[in-house]
Amino acid sequence: MGDVYRIFYIHVPTAWNGLLLLTAAFVCAIMYLVKGDLMWDDRLEASMEAGVVLSALLTIQGSIWARPTWGVWWNWDPRLTTTAILVFAFAGILALRTSLKEPRRRAMVTAVATIVAAADVPLVYFSVRFWNSLHQIQSSPSTVSAAFVWPLRVNAIAVLILMAGLIQLRAETVARLREAGSEPPPLDEPGNGGAAQ
Amino acid sequence: MSSNDGKKRVALALGACAFAGTLLYFVVGGIGNNLVYYWGPTEVLAAGPKAQGASIRLGGLVEAGSIKKGEGSNMSFTVTDGKKSLPVRCTSVPPQMFREGIGVVVEGTVARDGVFESHRLMVSHGNEYRAPNDPAAVNLKKLMESTEGLAPSDKK
Repeated sequence: MGDVYRIFYIHVPTAWNGLLLLTAAFVCAIMYLVKGDLMWDDRLEASMEAGVVLSALLTIQGSIWARPTWGVWWNWDPRLTTTAILVFAFAGILALRTSLKEPRRRAMVTAVATIVAAADVPLVYFSVRFWNSLHQIQSSPSTVSAAFVWPLRVNAIAVLILMAGLIQLRAETVARLREAGSEPPPLDEPGNGGAAQ
Repeated sequence: MSSNDGKKRVALALGACAFAGTLLYFVVGGIGNNLVYYWGPTEVLAAGPKAQGASIRLGGLVEAGSIKKGEGSNMSFTVTDGKKSLPVRCTSVPPQMFREGIGVVVEGTVARDGVFESHRLMVSHGNEYRAPNDPAAVNLKKLMESTEGLAPSDKK
């Protein structure tokens, strides 16, 4: 395949982490509905945002890889189709959230929609085995040169650590925004420090 | 927050899970069997005249020695699934990886003369990634077999 295969060092970690983060969003949805703590809704929003960014990147990287190898940018292969559904479903849930102002109602609607949309996550993963497809099936250490395996794992762990950090940060921000009434404070009004007089 | 709210939420969680599970069950079990991304030569030939004029994706391996270049980007080759094979006429420029023995998916239809006419050729590759000098990529046994009889005399 030549040098173009090297995109798999980022394409595969992106796929693993994207699916993992959307699974995490699913777990947060269950946790919110069971525990009723809005903290889980903050975590859900953070991991879903990261998951949507990664799956959108995933389709872009896949396109770049597909053009020189398969010969096309896009095709309605089962793997590509289920991934497109994944991106649009979760991006749609994020859009839906912005239209709901009341935190508890927003958390409830999001959680239910997330659980339903999460049904697509295993479909994306197993699509290459359920149906015949243009996309190759999952690689394993036995189908990849030994020299390629560790760089791939290092990248996957690096992306995972980066995402964990970003999600932690974002979840805290979301929690503060919610406590402040979900709107960022206007810039032209004096803050706590300026309102002393 | 009353315990009523909690019960309502757990019921919602169970309901949503049941809905998602049913959806998954239908997609994998029900629609899954009818959802086909491509046909092999066997299926296309089995459809007979019904395949003529219909939009079809044909998938399989490029048969060894079957690639014939025509004028411009015109080209013909044979796609096989190991059991049956189907001749293909193709007008699109093939990707670099196109060669004998590689997997392809072609879009088009069956012409009156029984040849699959395609305007779009895609190469499908496997899940193996090997470094050029990777010893695992070389089948040592086959290599040894290929040298048999080359040595002047093995037996003394």
